[in-house]
Amino acid sequence: MLELKNVSYLVDDEDDGNRKEIIKNVSLTIEDGFVAITGPNGGGKSTLAKLIAGIYTPTGGQILFNNEDITNFSITERSKKGITFAFQQPVRFKGLTVKDLITIAAGGTLSFNDACGYLSEVGLCAKEYIDREINASLSGGELKRIEIAMAIARKTPLTIFDEPEAGIDLWSFQNLIHVFENIHDKAGGSIIIISHQERILNIADKILVLAGGEIQAYGPKEEVLPGLLKGTMTNPALEQDESLECPTLLGKMK
Amino acid sequence: MAQLNAIQKSLLENIADLHEVPSGAYNIRSDGGMLGRNTTANIDIVTKTDKPGIDIIIKPGTKNQSVHIPVLITQTGLKEMVYNEFFIGEDCDVVIVAGCGIHNAGDEGSEHSGIHTFHVGKNSKVKYVEKHYGTGEGTGERVMNPSTEIYMAEGSHLEMETIQIEGINSTERRTYAKVEDGASIVIKEKIMTHDRQVATTDFKAELVGTGSSADICSRSVAKDNSKQTFRSNIIGAAECKGHSECDAIIMDHAIVEAIPELTASNIDASLIHEAAIGKIAGEQLIKLMTLGLTEEEAEEQIITGFLK
Repeated sequence: MLELKNVSYLVDDEDDGNRKEIIKNVSLTIEDGFVAITGPNGGGKSTLAKLIAGIYTPTGGQILFNNEDITNFSITERSKKGITFAFQQPVRFKGLTVKDLITIAAGGTLSFNDACGYLSEVGLCAKEYIDREINASLSGGELKRIEIAMAIARKTPLTIFDEPEAGIDLWSFQNLIHVFENIHDKAGGSIIIISHQERILNIADKILVLAGGEIQAYGPKEEVLPGLLKGTMTNPALEQDESLECPTLLGKMK
Repeated sequence: MAQLNAIQKSLLENIADLHEVPSGAYNIRSDGGMLGRNTTANIDIVTKTDKPGIDIIIKPGTKNQSVHIPVLITQTGLKEMVYNEFFIGEDCDVVIVAGCGIHNAGDEGSEHSGIHTFHVGKNSKVKYVEKHYGTGEGTGERVMNPSTEIYMAEGSHLEMETIQIEGINSTERRTYAKVEDGASIVIKEKIMTHDRQVATTDFKAELVGTGSSADICSRSVAKDNSKQTFRSNIIGAAECKGHSECDAIIMDHAIVEAIPELTASNIDASLIHEAAIGKIAGEQLIKLMTLGLTEEEAEEQIITGFLK
């Protein structure tokens, strides 16, 4: 269980030098299950995820994970406590292979069968990918899937995905959703997914709408989603495109 | 041959991945003398008479054989200059493992300078591995200055791998290759320097033959107050392909210089160089930390992968 108590995050604006509040006094509790975070671009979604993962340190407030105050814990400590963060923009490494990273994610040891399992869940053939370097030879979509495979290998009680659907090519949404369900079945705990996609919001137990660094709505999907769809709530970034049946085509047309 | 002592064994392991005396042809030089030698029906090793060093003569058509010629120095204050010459016949396919390990327990400098000359016969394939490693608790400097000259006959191919990961205070590497028709050379260099170490490498490849090619790739990590200089010059004097790449990670207060040079004197010469120097990206460290590594472990993982 994750608890945020009056969490704020202020940064110095590069342009005018003024203090800018990216996250404003946010309090919320995330229990087991799926929580989707949505809202307009620049609303603070990724910042909130980075505050939870320890990449940023809050300028105010407290973060509790399983009743332990982790506000001042480093990224490594939080990772060891069981928090996983799948980046929106996966990082490239010259020289490190898919196997190296998945092995680290799995905690140091990895059998070929396990690696094969993690990779096939994201639609990649282990034989073909296991020894590939995580460098510029991999496409954005491939990197994104490897990023998700690492999260699967971690098997932690809290997994945060920052826009997992972005850049996913030649792969269906249905599989991505299947991945989230699998993680939940195997590891239990909470899965937080930052997304603009209606189909991902649809599988969430709860939806959090974040805009201007503040919570606009947080509640069961049944209560929050209809409002988002009707447009009674500010969420210009929500995509309701029916052509999502074929994300590949959509991705290519964009 | 004489038994290897523990220090010699450890050096041998580090520079040639050898745990015992190698199979096949070898010549082990230790503290200026010969510790052991083995020749085979196809590979002869002869001591030079006019200067220190050996001639390695490989008969035409020799396939899937290897030669090890490691140099070990365990005596503080020893300075030597060695000339080794390889005569590789036509249509060979061989692996040559050289390398030098210095264990300096004293306070006087130990120094090994080697000039290796390769004559690669027509259509022969050679893999040449050279590892440099220094150790020892003494304050004496460990210095290595390897020079390599490579003459490649038509249709031959040579792949050279040079690795210097630890313990060499100062090194100046010069490599020259002359590449004839249809011949190709691939050079892969890996260097890591720390403390106040200085490493200079200078590659020069002359592509004189039609369809010749050179591919030079250097990856290095410079830590602490160390200094590295990378120079490469590919000269395209025929219809040829040349590529050089220098990729360096800079850390702490190190200095890295990259000076790639290309010279074309033929309209069909196609030459490319790439050079990049940068620190470890913060997001790489963060990613590995989110997977449970500490910052130090993440850094080590990134460097190990980069130099792998």
